[in-house]
Amino acid sequence: MLVDLIEECNMTLLEIENIHAEVDGRPILRGINLSIEAGRIHAIMGPNGSGKSTLTYVLTGRESCKVTQGSISFCGRDLLSMEPDERAIAGLFLAMQYPVELPGVSGLTFLREAVNARRKVAGEELVDSMEFLKMVRSKANSLGVSDEMLKRSVNVGFSGGEKKRNEILQMAMLEPRFCILDETDSGLDIDALKVVSDGVNSLRSSDRSMLVITHYQRLLDYIEPDLVHVLAHGRIQKTGGKELALQLEQRGYINFIETAA
Amino acid sequence: MPSNKKHLLPNNIQENSEAEWLGSLFRKAVEDIERSGMQGTMLAEAWRFTDLNSFKVFEPIAATNTAVVSCPKFFAELDAVELHISNGALIWKDTFPEYVDLFDLADRKIAPSWLTEALGSAINTEMHPFAAINTTAFSGGVAMRIRKDAVMKKPIILLVDTQANDKIIVANPRVLVVLEEGAVVDLIEVHTGSGIYINNVVTELIIGKNARIGHYKLQTEDTDAFHIAMNAAHCAANSIYDNFALSTGAKLSRNEISATLDGIHTKYSINGSYLGCSDQHMETVTFIDHAKPSCVSHELYKGVLVNHAQGVFQGKILVRKNAQKTNGYQMNRALLLSKEVKINSKPELEIYADDVMCSHGATVGELDEEQIFYLMARGISKKQARAILVSAYVEEAINYINNLLIRDLFTMVASNWMQQNITDTQDINGS
Repeated sequence: MLVDLIEECNMTLLEIENIHAEVDGRPILRGINLSIEAGRIHAIMGPNGSGKSTLTYVLTGRESCKVTQGSISFCGRDLLSMEPDERAIAGLFLAMQYPVELPGVSGLTFLREAVNARRKVAGEELVDSMEFLKMVRSKANSLGVSDEMLKRSVNVGFSGGEKKRNEILQMAMLEPRFCILDETDSGLDIDALKVVSDGVNSLRSSDRSMLVITHYQRLLDYIEPDLVHVLAHGRIQKTGGKELALQLEQRGYINFIETAA
Repeated sequence: MPSNKKHLLPNNIQENSEAEWLGSLFRKAVEDIERSGMQGTMLAEAWRFTDLNSFKVFEPIAATNTAVVSCPKFFAELDAVELHISNGALIWKDTFPEYVDLFDLADRKIAPSWLTEALGSAINTEMHPFAAINTTAFSGGVAMRIRKDAVMKKPIILLVDTQANDKIIVANPRVLVVLEEGAVVDLIEVHTGSGIYINNVVTELIIGKNARIGHYKLQTEDTDAFHIAMNAAHCAANSIYDNFALSTGAKLSRNEISATLDGIHTKYSINGSYLGCSDQHMETVTFIDHAKPSCVSHELYKGVLVNHAQGVFQGKILVRKNAQKTNGYQMNRALLLSKEVKINSKPELEIYADDVMCSHGATVGELDEEQIFYLMARGISKKQARAILVSAYVEEAINYINNLLIRDLFTMVASNWMQQNITDTQDINGS
């Protein structure tokens, strides 16, 4: 069945080959191989310390994380040679587990700068703040982000739910090819989880892929993945359909950790 | 030290001595220069961060007024009435409403009593040798009075421009603003120029009961110039003084702001930002004298220093014995964006009353890598990410400007500075 799933995909958006990476000289990723096709949603599940966060660091280009071996191609380009902003403009988006507070930078300014950065690269006309508010408003409202919230400093004094909705709003505005959702369910109550998941699902399309990183199966009830990978000890230990997430929920990660060790 | 100051006395010193109405003020200033000099302990302390040897290049040449200048074009959106001072002399005045009296300080024959009573009353030339020099030497400038209960709708722009051309000059513009009881006005003071010069400016503000003034200063002098300013206010009961000083110019600048809060329930707010690059020296000296009870003072300065720039902040709050229920806040924060920058912060409180709320502090910091990454992860370049964060940092202070239009203009000036001076390579770690 797995083979069938893979054969259906005609274009590989992200190709991770044998990635080894370390943080502070400590090896965390020990040979990750992952291929994600256009239009697909992959989930990565794994226990604490398995390397999930490090994988997002490698993908988004954090300086704190050093790749020692392997390659990643994104839309046919060498991702590892690109700066974080170049990756974002090429269509990579990370919805952060802990969105950073930006005191003094309003949500509108932040989003407009991000949109204008793309327009600048594309040689398009930059958008001014009045025009931009109109562009943002309908998308913001569907995610329950008010004008007032857009005018406030990014993430400052936001609740967990507000922060995550704000991340999804950014995703909706920037229309990336590839979205990484890093523990988007953490800190969310059921109602907030529904709003955020609806937001994510509305962005599903045949040319957009997602990588959903989570501890819990719960999120995958709302955002249904095509494939689920189990990450432990810096390697993908098992890949399966969404039923794998259910098995994990029932039996825990312990089996995978033991086989890996 | 005294030789330095004599050196700075322009050769038209005689002019001020001849003006009868200026006589006693002039004589005291000359005595102050000759007697106390820089040797008094308190005085030396107040000037210890300023390299006075760097003034030696200045020949004692009187400034002469030259070209008519215009305000930087971003002020065009502001529907204001303008006064232009060029090389120390008033060269242009718009038509002002009838409730504003204007007096050209070049006029030595006769001066109205509101002027002679007020001029020099807010400063102590003993403690400020450059203000003393200005007093002995100013050959022009402007005095204005806004009459009782007059509410000036249009802001006043006071443009002070100094053109040195091929010469090296010292300009001594003098400004006096008198607000009678209940008068309301916004004043924007813009300092520009080109060449090597000293702009040694004194601005005095006499603020009457219940009067309200927004006083916003933009210092964008030539980066070869010296800007020495004394901005002194006397605030009567229930008056509101809202001041903001944005400095981006001059090789060496020293902006001294002082006030006596001489009536109850005065609100005095002096905030500002200094943005320094290359080897600029930017100094802010403030002194707030809480002389009467129940006054509020607020002071937030935010500096950004890149390359080899140097910042100095000396802030003092004095709370006199009877000034109970004083509420004073003073904070200087500086963002240091390279290893070679330097900041000296000296916050001081001197409190003699026992029922007051006063706090002060100083911090230095650098940009947060997590924040830069967050912006870059949304496609914003490192340079722009840094500029956005530095702007946000500075805007915390700029947002204290009450007048929204003026706030926007100052924000724009700061953001232009960011675009020119914040790069993606400056790093406290030296990369």
